[in-house]
Amino acid sequence: MTGESAVVQAKRLSVYYGTTQVISDVNLDVARSKITAIIGPSGSGKSTLLRCFNRMNDLIPNFKMSGQVLFEGHDLYAPDVDPTTIRYQVGMVFQRPNPFPKSIFDNVAFGPRINGFRGDLQSLVEESLRRAALFDEVKDRLKSSALALSGGQQQRLCIARALAVSPRVILMDEPCSSLDPMATLAIEELMRELSEYYSIVIVTHNMQQAARVSDFTAFLMGDERRVAELIEFNETRQMFTNPTDERTEAYITGRFG
Amino acid sequence: MESGYEYFQRGMLRRKWKGRIFHAICLLAIVLVLMVLATLLYNIIEQGWNRIDWDFLTGFPSRRPERAGIYGALIGSIYVISIASITSFVLGVGAAVYLEEYATRGWFVKTVQVNISNLAGVPSVVYGLLGLEIFARTLGLGDSVLAGGFTMALLVLPIVIIASEEALRAVPSTIREGAFALGASRWQSIWHLVLPQAFPSIMTGVILAVSRAIGEAAPLIVLGALAFVPFAPDGLLSQFTVLPIQIFSWISRPQAAFHEVAAAAIMVLLVVLLSMNAVAVLLRLKYQKRSGV
Amino acid sequence: MGPIGFVSTSELRLRRYFTERIIKILLLLCSVVSILTTIGIVSVLIFEAGLFFSEVSIIEFVTSTKWTPLFSSKHFGIWPLLTGTLLTSFGAMLIALPLGLLSAIYLSEYAPDPARQILKPILEILAGIPTVIYGFFALLFVTPLLRSISDDVAIFNAISPAIVMGIMILPMVSSLSEDAMKAVPRSLREGAYALGATKMEVATRVVVPAALSGIVAAFILAVSRAIGETMIVAIAAGSNPNFTFNPLVPIQTMTGYIVQVVLGDAPTGTLAHKTIFAVGISLFLITLVMNLLSQMVVGKFREVYE
Repeated sequence: MTGESAVVQAKRLSVYYGTTQVISDVNLDVARSKITAIIGPSGSGKSTLLRCFNRMNDLIPNFKMSGQVLFEGHDLYAPDVDPTTIRYQVGMVFQRPNPFPKSIFDNVAFGPRINGFRGDLQSLVEESLRRAALFDEVKDRLKSSALALSGGQQQRLCIARALAVSPRVILMDEPCSSLDPMATLAIEELMRELSEYYSIVIVTHNMQQAARVSDFTAFLMGDERRVAELIEFNETRQMFTNPTDERTEAYITGRFG
Repeated sequence: MESGYEYFQRGMLRRKWKGRIFHAICLLAIVLVLMVLATLLYNIIEQGWNRIDWDFLTGFPSRRPERAGIYGALIGSIYVISIASITSFVLGVGAAVYLEEYATRGWFVKTVQVNISNLAGVPSVVYGLLGLEIFARTLGLGDSVLAGGFTMALLVLPIVIIASEEALRAVPSTIREGAFALGASRWQSIWHLVLPQAFPSIMTGVILAVSRAIGEAAPLIVLGALAFVPFAPDGLLSQFTVLPIQIFSWISRPQAAFHEVAAAAIMVLLVVLLSMNAVAVLLRLKYQKRSGV
Repeated sequence: MGPIGFVSTSELRLRRYFTERIIKILLLLCSVVSILTTIGIVSVLIFEAGLFFSEVSIIEFVTSTKWTPLFSSKHFGIWPLLTGTLLTSFGAMLIALPLGLLSAIYLSEYAPDPARQILKPILEILAGIPTVIYGFFALLFVTPLLRSISDDVAIFNAISPAIVMGIMILPMVSSLSEDAMKAVPRSLREGAYALGATKMEVATRVVVPAALSGIVAAFILAVSRAIGETMIVAIAAGSNPNFTFNPLVPIQTMTGYIVQVVLGDAPTGTLAHKTIFAVGISLFLITLVMNLLSQMVVGKFREVYE
């Protein structure tokens, strides 16, 4: 994939916590306006890899990395880059919905407010909620507490929150793992709509979900030393029907993981 | 072989009785303590009850016990407590925020934590000596309410810091992560999300610290607060006395009439303390209700 | 679809960067204040005590049993104040230790929940009562009561403040011991019950020994608190520095002495006034050693059980 069609690129990315290596030599291109899934057995470093893309790993004390992560061709980890300026451009949705203990409106408005937005907040919030397919359900109670929403609604609220700061990439770390099947389906539909404009990377331990939703899939697995490496990266259809690596095939057919 | 059944039975009975007696002794210990508390309260109320009236609350100490009042001491206490609570709140919460949110777990944090634990155990008179030397003499504040307030702030600072640290720790990290992922800076996430969430717990800690400070006399005596103050302080640099010191000075008089006045003043002090603790309890309840959504 | 219309400017980024730096420094200064406090205490005490010891021999201070700095014939032996402090604190512990431990055992192992909900706040109230009030109680209730029992009890004595101080520290002993006992894992208790032990046996033979380090630390902290207590002894113990072990006569503690001098006529700068710093540094050292000891006890013995 060339630089133009890849919005985020990892080149020879290795991650260490102190002296312990956890990820080894990953080369990955995230395609623009497509959904890329990262799958693999639990504990295989998928979330860690994801968090490299918006520098959330910086918050962990012993984090060290080698290699490069490029965002629109620019080195994300260059010394003069301030992580806080990256983080709204590469947004994140977490495994368990984490709405702030504020009203629905204030949750969505939080990002724009702290980043100095001076335009029409009302329509910004409304548009974000629409794109997250939540507006119709909450339009009469924008001032009520976000904590009163159901799990699926809270997760869509977190998506709306991330959308409100106009990211180019949305990282999703197992976004459906704490939701029921109906809510999961709703989020998957939402992802397909969003991928028209946003580039999405989703970490999931649910292979069927990856097969349903994504355009590209990366398979990450740890070796005997528990260091994760990228076993295979391909178009989803290819990977699930005709995997090139036998470990991929073993995982997909459920022989382990 | 004879069955051990009988042997076990006897042993069991004796052990059961030992257990019951022990249970009773433990209960007795607590009951004894409660009785002492009740006697203390009864004693005070009985002695002080008929000395409480409007003149008492608005009057000043005098050589005649019938005319004595606590107004000067009340205002002095209010001055000192206000200065102490604001100062310790700002410094204490600031320190806790730094230690919990900014500092890396290194030697600095450990040193400060050990330091705070030790400071919590230093006798209050020693804080008085510190205040005397630093605030009264070196900084030239003399025996003013400002010096008194600062001394008390230092005394309760460890309490505020420890309580605030716990409050901050109780805020789940998912909230901070959510803010960071939106591009918030560390201070923005603290100011907009973490502090508001931790606020009720912090306030409970501050109220506890302040109730401790209200009842302290020793550090202020050493600092130079006077025992006979027939006026209310009229500014930050004014001389002063506080309620506990006024009580102390009345107790130290040999006349029994002054003892009644002291008892009355004690009742006022207890009422103030009770209200503060009630506020703290209410805050705690309201906080539990809110986070239990 | 396109971007919703949000853009963050570089001017904002610059402003935010500086704000972050300034705020971080301010907060750091706040936490430095606590270190400054300790430095302040130590330097004030060393400085002033140093001035004192340049005029008075430290040997006399540590060995003589006469303390008369305010009289014309001056002696500067710390021992009378030490025995005064010892009498009152030790007496307080005689009351607080057993009663406190028994209360803790009751609350931790026996008390039903509604009882615990009522008793714990009451104990907290006891702990929060200002010490002048305890002093009032000691002088005007306990002492007359004791004097009605025996004529040997003087108006100012050591036993009355000791009893009252015991009550005052009791909540501290009780709640710290209770915390230590609560920390003993349930699995230990269940193991003992499964072997047929009675409640008392579980409490005394399993829980208390397991929590011993925490309980001992609680005791040490409580003694330290008693040593540092001022108002109760200033009111009820008297102002007679007296090298004696008789609890029925007037004595003076280190803390009581400091208060007496400060309320008296000794002008600042005189030797008599400097004595408060000599006594102050002794007091500080004693309580510091005890606090460090209690932290060590908790630290060292905890490894054995976990």
